[in-house]
Amino acid sequence: MLTGCAFLLLAAVGILRMPDIFTRMSASSKATTLGIGCMLIALALHFRDVGVTTKVLLVIAFFFLKAPVAAHVLARAAYRIGTPLWKETFVDELREYYDQEEYLVHRRGGLERPGEASPQADEAQDTSPPST
Amino acid sequence: MSVVLNICFGMLSLAMLISVIRLVRGPSLPDRVVALDLVGVLVVGMIILYDVATQLAVFLDAAIVLALVGFAGTVAFAKYLERRARPD
Repeated sequence: MLTGCAFLLLAAVGILRMPDIFTRMSASSKATTLGIGCMLIALALHFRDVGVTTKVLLVIAFFFLKAPVAAHVLARAAYRIGTPLWKETFVDELREYYDQEEYLVHRRGGLERPGEASPQADEAQDTSPPST
Repeated sequence: MSVVLNICFGMLSLAMLISVIRLVRGPSLPDRVVALDLVGVLVVGMIILYDVATQLAVFLDAAIVLALVGFAGTVAFAKYLERRARPD
C-alpha cells in the first residue's frame, strides 16, 4: 500500500518536473500503472475475499491495457498539433518522414502524392493504405 | 495500520495538489489533459484507500467505473485535439 502511494506521488512529481509533454506522459503512464497495481494487490490481501479479488484482478487488467493506449493516443495528438519538444531533445526521427500538412508518414524515398491522399482519410491512413 | 493509512492519504493528497498545479500551469493543452488523467487515477487510488479505511469493499465498483470513464475521457480529449488542429 505504501509502495503504491509512493509510486503515485512519484508520478505527480514527474508531471511537475519534466520539461516537455512527452517526458511527462512517460512518467505518468508507467508510474501510475505500477502504483495502482500495488494498491489494488494490497486491497485484495487485506480483504481476502473471492469477489473482491476478482474485481481487483479486473481493474488491474484494465489499467494494464488502458495506460499504453491512452499514452499513445495522447502522444500522437500532441505530436500532430505540433507541441514543442524539449530544447535538449536532439533525435526526432519522425520529423523527416512526416508531412505536417497532410498528416501522413512517408516511407523513406517515397514520393508525395498530393492528388491521391484526401484529407478526410487521414485517420484511416495510420493503419492501412488507402483502398481506393 | 491507521498510521500507514494516514501516511498514504497524505501522499495522495500531495500528489493531487501537484497534479492540480500542473493542470493550472500547463503550457499547452495536452499537458492539461495528461494532468487531468493523472487526477482521475489519483481519485481511484483514494477510493481504494477509503475501502481499506472503512472496511467496506463496495466502493471498488465506483473505482472501476471511474477508471473506465477516465480512460474514455482521455481518448475523447485526444480525438478532440486532433480534430481541432485541422477542421475538415
